[in-house]
Amino acid sequence: MSAVFSETGRAEFDRLLTRYPDRKSVILPALHLAQKEFGYVSDEAIVYIAGLVGTSPAEIEGVATFYTMYNRKPVGKYHVQICRNISCSLLGAEHLIEHVSKKLGVRPGETTPDGKFTLATVECLGSCGTAPVMQVNDEYHENLTVESIDRILDRLP
Amino acid sequence: MEKVLTTHFANERYRRLDTYRQYGGYEALKKAFAMTPEAIIDEVKKANLRGRGGAGFPAGVKWGFLPKDLSHPRVLVINADEGEPGTFKDRLIMSRGPHLLLEGIAISCFALRAHACWIYIRGEFVREAGVVDEAVAEAYAAGFLGKNILGSGFDLDVTVHRGAGAYICGEETSLINSLEGKRGWPRLKPPFPASVGAFGLPTIVNNVETIADIPWIVTHGGETFAGLGVEKNGGTRLIGVSGAVNRPGVYELSAGVNLKEVIYHHAGGIRDGKELKAVIPGGSSTPVLRPDEIDVSFDIESMAKIGTMAGSGGVIVIPEGACMVRALSVLMNFYAHESCGQCTPCREGTGWLKKIVGRIEAGKGRQGDIELILDLCDNMMGRTICPLADAAVMPAQSFIWKFREEFDRHIGEQKCPYGNRF
Ligand SMILES: Cc1cc2nc3c(=O)[nH]c(=O)nc-3n(C[C@H](O)[C@H](O)[C@H](O)COP(=O)(O)O)c2cc1C
Ligand code: SF4
Ligand code: FES
Repeated sequence: MSAVFSETGRAEFDRLLTRYPDRKSVILPALHLAQKEFGYVSDEAIVYIAGLVGTSPAEIEGVATFYTMYNRKPVGKYHVQICRNISCSLLGAEHLIEHVSKKLGVRPGETTPDGKFTLATVECLGSCGTAPVMQVNDEYHENLTVESIDRILDRLP
Repeated sequence: MEKVLTTHFANERYRRLDTYRQYGGYEALKKAFAMTPEAIIDEVKKANLRGRGGAGFPAGVKWGFLPKDLSHPRVLVINADEGEPGTFKDRLIMSRGPHLLLEGIAISCFALRAHACWIYIRGEFVREAGVVDEAVAEAYAAGFLGKNILGSGFDLDVTVHRGAGAYICGEETSLINSLEGKRGWPRLKPPFPASVGAFGLPTIVNNVETIADIPWIVTHGGETFAGLGVEKNGGTRLIGVSGAVNRPGVYELSAGVNLKEVIYHHAGGIRDGKELKAVIPGGSSTPVLRPDEIDVSFDIESMAKIGTMAGSGGVIVIPEGACMVRALSVLMNFYAHESCGQCTPCREGTGWLKKIVGRIEAGKGRQGDIELILDLCDNMMGRTICPLADAAVMPAQSFIWKFREEFDRHIGEQKCPYGNRF
């Protein structure tokens, strides 16, 4: 798969360049952009961004792997990330994780065979007052129960 | 009680510039432009505004650390990384009152003589970053940001920068590295960011809430703000209560509110009619309290006196029946996961703590494990580049000091006496 930003992606990248005194500062936003456009941060995307920023692929790779949000491998259509930190687990997150794991037939970190769901556990999502919480792609779902989590997952096309 | 931030937060439209202005928004900026930068900093000092990001450093004093020499441009960086477990207040400001933050930024930058500001928002907050982005665009269009703001001759550029999932990036030097496009590794201090920070320039890093308080301080005066709190700790705080309470949420209360009152009155008491077992008062890294210790003022000094911290204002409530070993295990897992790995005591130490607490929880604890944990803690505390190692040590030590019998029972009975449940 070749990795080249779309026209709007490229325009966004060029706009970003004007916002920082240092070209390398666009590495994080560029990786976000790559993930949005290509679905994940592929090896090709790393080489491409390195070229755009003017640094080595190794440096981009080092940055990309430091942060948990960049997927270096393809993930399912829906990235189901359930918080397992303290406030969420006090209100039953561990039970929810087990439930979803059984429901989807995958363990955290795995993708369903049809490529629809990737299940993951994550650390505090910064929404502890509405625990338990999960993030599906960019969307937060709060005050989860077994019933509501079923409803949310079952409705996803 | 007088509120500084949340008065209009129930109004969905308050996030929009027109509604914000109907309630007097950006009048403080006009007032600030009629003042000198020094006079604004004086008001902030008089306000006894303590940083709301966790450490509680006086904002006015920190601002004073910038070099007098203006030959290098200065930079303001807003810490909107909000990663401390139990803390969820900055998200509320960004989604409900983004212009409070932007007006605070404009005033602060004018006072600091800074012409550039980056708002570093944790990557998961996609929606909040979108709301702030929109507010930035509105503020530019209305002339509250950009060139020659309100004809004052003052220029300011504000850029939203998203993180990408790393708790450590909340630490200010890590945040700066991350802003520069690097791995979020904390830097050795000195040099402090106020002399050499983002892009090698003098930099002030402040929390979202700290800066959102600034417009009110300019409008009402530092002394009035100070009067809302207690001595040395002025104003209100956004206190986020989570865990086993009837009404979890963010409450804006005096910095000197009583902690017990926060839990039993504002947050509605313990869920399911249970008794209280423990409280982590200021985010996951602050030392835990027993129920008999919570009749205390939430201000920074009073909390320090009882050996804990008001931290980032994230009160985590643990009910009777919950297993403290399991709770600590969840936390140790977190700190081991989030250590950036630069310092051996932290990298190895957090990993060990996770492993030992994990095995006690699993009913495989050994005699001497508790002493081993305390020993490890001694070898980690204060021996690392950044305070993340301390942030892991403080819960570990305090959980053992205050709930020792639960650890002993797990090891003695070789199982969880609570059935491994929360
Ligand atoms: C591991 C670690 C994580 C931190 N996370 C945050 C955070 O998420 N938000 C924040 O404002 N400050 C955080 N801090 C504190 C910052 O380093 C810094 O003190 C703060 O942003 C300064 O702003 P203030 O003076 O306005 O509080 C963290 C500190 C450490 C050591
Ligand atoms: S204390 Fe831990 S997180 Fe902080 S710099 Fe050292 S290894 Fe990294
Ligand atoms: S602990 Fe789950 S969102 Fe904070």
